[in-house]
Amino acid sequence: MLRVTGKRLALLIPTLFGLSVLLFAWVRALPGGPATALLGDKATPDAVARINEVYGFDRPLLEQYFVYMGRLLRGDFGASIVTGRPVVEEFLTRFPATLELALVALVFAVGVGVPLGYVAARHRGRTLDHSSVVLSLLGITVPVFFLAFILKWLFAIRVPLFPADGRQDPRIDATHYTNFFVLDGLLTGEWDAAWDAFLHLILPGLALGTIPLAIIVRITRASVLEVQSADYVRTARAKGLTRRLIRGRYIMRNAMLPVVTTIGLQTGLLISGAVLTETVFAFNGIGRFLRDAIFNLDYPVLQGFIIFIALAYSLINLLVDLSYSLIDPRVRVQ
Amino acid sequence: MTAQNPAQNPARDPARDPVADPTAEPAPLLEVRDLAVAFSTMSGPVQAVHEASLTLRAGRALAIVGESGSGKSTTAMSVIGLLPGNGRVTGGSVRFAGQELVGLDEQRMRRIRGRQIGLVPQDPMSNLNPVTTVGQQVAETLLVHGMATRQDVHEKVVAALAAAGLPEPARRAKQYPHEFSGGMRQRALIAIGLACRPRLLIADEPTSALDVTVQRTILDQIERMTEEIGTSVLLITHDLGLAAERAQDIVVMHRGRIVEAGPSAQVLEDPQHDYTRRLVQAAPSVAAARVARQAASPGATAVAGRGAPGPAGPVPAAAEKPAAPEAPPLVVIEGLTKVFKGRLGQADFTAVKDVSLTVPRGRTVAIVGESGSGKTTTARMLLKLYEPTEGSIRFDGQDVVGLRGRELAAFRQRVQPIFQDPYSSLNPMFTIGRILEEPLSTYRRGTRKERQERVKWLLEEVALPPSMLNRYPNELSGGQRQRVAIARALALQPELIVCDEPVSALDVLVQKQILDLLGRLQDEFGLSYLFISHDLAVVRLISDEVCVMKDGEVVEAAESEEVFTNPRHPYTRQLLASIPGNELRVGA
Repeated sequence: MLRVTGKRLALLIPTLFGLSVLLFAWVRALPGGPATALLGDKATPDAVARINEVYGFDRPLLEQYFVYMGRLLRGDFGASIVTGRPVVEEFLTRFPATLELALVALVFAVGVGVPLGYVAARHRGRTLDHSSVVLSLLGITVPVFFLAFILKWLFAIRVPLFPADGRQDPRIDATHYTNFFVLDGLLTGEWDAAWDAFLHLILPGLALGTIPLAIIVRITRASVLEVQSADYVRTARAKGLTRRLIRGRYIMRNAMLPVVTTIGLQTGLLISGAVLTETVFAFNGIGRFLRDAIFNLDYPVLQGFIIFIALAYSLINLLVDLSYSLIDPRVRVQ
Repeated sequence: MTAQNPAQNPARDPARDPVADPTAEPAPLLEVRDLAVAFSTMSGPVQAVHEASLTLRAGRALAIVGESGSGKSTTAMSVIGLLPGNGRVTGGSVRFAGQELVGLDEQRMRRIRGRQIGLVPQDPMSNLNPVTTVGQQVAETLLVHGMATRQDVHEKVVAALAAAGLPEPARRAKQYPHEFSGGMRQRALIAIGLACRPRLLIADEPTSALDVTVQRTILDQIERMTEEIGTSVLLITHDLGLAAERAQDIVVMHRGRIVEAGPSAQVLEDPQHDYTRRLVQAAPSVAAARVARQAASPGATAVAGRGAPGPAGPVPAAAEKPAAPEAPPLVVIEGLTKVFKGRLGQADFTAVKDVSLTVPRGRTVAIVGESGSGKTTTARMLLKLYEPTEGSIRFDGQDVVGLRGRELAAFRQRVQPIFQDPYSSLNPMFTIGRILEEPLSTYRRGTRKERQERVKWLLEEVALPPSMLNRYPNELSGGQRQRVAIARALALQPELIVCDEPVSALDVLVQKQILDLLGRLQDEFGLSYLFISHDLAVVRLISDEVCVMKDGEVVEAAESEEVFTNPRHPYTRQLLASIPGNELRVGA
């Protein structure tokens, strides 16, 4: 297990290296060069030259690259063009928000998706199955932002069950250590703050979790259908095992293998999906920040974000593979 | 690996007529009366079993024999209420130890399954849960029936595995199914099936997925254990010889009906129903055993094998064939070796080691061996699907190994394959017509019209109606598909056909038809065959020369009859002894 983990982590090095080269090239290929991106289209040649000198864009490419890599290795992604604050600092305040949101979305998608998929498979061809198939199709076809609008309109505006936007009611005076608002509330014992932050997560969480939910329902359903007609399940019944035992140890454990892979892939997508959801709910996470960065061509932020996503994605995939080998002994040997 | 002779065992001696002494008749344990089973399908209900009745007495063994689709497994599964989702018992009764099982609620049925009635299923590869240890899979059945406690369950699991003949049971119990060989998995399944010492064991084709030598030891194991415990056996098999050897009584099923029932010896010696008669004639194991005795008995004529009278009849005698020695052989293989490189950190694997053999023109050479013997790898090298590591293959005097480009294309047209699985070797998206025309159009043979003519002619040659042209492979039966595969192989007028287990996926009667067809085509077109098989009985019916392979090496090679009547290598002898029904005195 340790060896596998080490090997997978080692594979991250060439991945990140390749990515950093691409990013380096991309920034230098921006129309008008990075200086124009910084100053805007109407910058005077003088100003561009000055910026190029300050930032070192006039040096030989190889030298620029070494400087750039040196900074990256020290965790220095530069400062945001828009806010002027270091990219890392901006991330640290916003990322927890997105992570909280993604977690809620994931819990919703897995917690509802897996049981629903199982039930659909067990009721194959009956009403319950058909409705779950239709629902999941709907979930996949409806764009995230549209669903977000509908949820907001229904449950925040028509029937104000949940807050319409933001991460927390500004009237609450909450202390923030980690920037995970729910966690902060729990740590400091400010229960009302924690609860309010949690309520703020519900609607965006549902919106964000719906597509993964739909996909998980389908994969689980298909997988359970396949496994429940497997020979070893019949053998288990011939042994006189109880339904519960067969469901847990035989059907679900085997059926979860493809589902785990799907969950991993979907988790990676959640972070990019968060951009739209956070925009609709004015949720101050990394998604909204990224949207602004794209419009402003805030390349230090984009650069940092892309590397960060690559890292996160690789780690999630590593987790998936490790959990895979926990479930399936056949994977362990290799 | 000693073959236990059933004759040494009076309790299970099929030759002894069980009806002879009515006072010794034990009470019936299982009584099936007028059982009817139907499957609901898209096109309405399909009756799979009609009015099946059978009686199994305590401590006895009863075999249900039939081809695939005959309803034999369905009958057995309805006893324990484990029909697939769309199947249900529509009539009749199943009484087990005086209790009616049809319509019994799931809760009570569950207590009978595993505890009173054990099951040893067919395919050891797919019947164990891949994600839990073998030990746990034995343990759970003991625990659920209260036959063990949490404290002593491990001990009992090890004992059960040991009783099933699994070596190192304590260590093996902690392993997962994928770490087991097929034979070991089947032993684990036997341990599971008999763990609770049930009164009845249903053995559904328990060995048909295993190598022939393993088959015998597994069947011996089941026999020994069930006798010890006093368990009755309901044996489901397609192999008449095996049934007769292992059970006192036989029930023959055909298209959902029981067509014949009686003591094994009687069914085999004096079959009443026409279908049983055909089955007895076609069963390669029985036929081969008969031929063996004729050849061995001093009074018999020296002709045997293909020239033998009886079931193998229509196949022409070897003596009529063109004399081999004069013409140079078509294929000469010398010192052929194939090493598969081990992946990261794993050792290299030598699949084929220094194999030499020749295929004379117009004759059939068989390579016989069990899984892992290297027989298929050898065939694939000859087909130029694998490159040999060492050695040479000469086809009609030409070196095959170095062939490239146009020469290779020419070679491919002269050597054609037929594979084992007729279900997966035909493109499911092509019509039969297109499948047959494809090789012709690939090599630009003739005009479009001529090609179509040839396709029709090919169908005729393999005795398929022209209406097949527009059908798809999934609309055909296994035998029909294999005919299509043969027709496709013939399309380019090859000289050599490499047949890799061409009949092992087929039912006995269909097997015989296909073998007859291959024999006829050989005579008609002077074809040479390299025939790969694990089944000695089948090999005997078709081949002129036999090479026996074991662990990548040829251990014995000789004229077919020589191998069967006078085997030299101990492994060949072991293979011969493992043919089910070999020790039966049938039709002698």
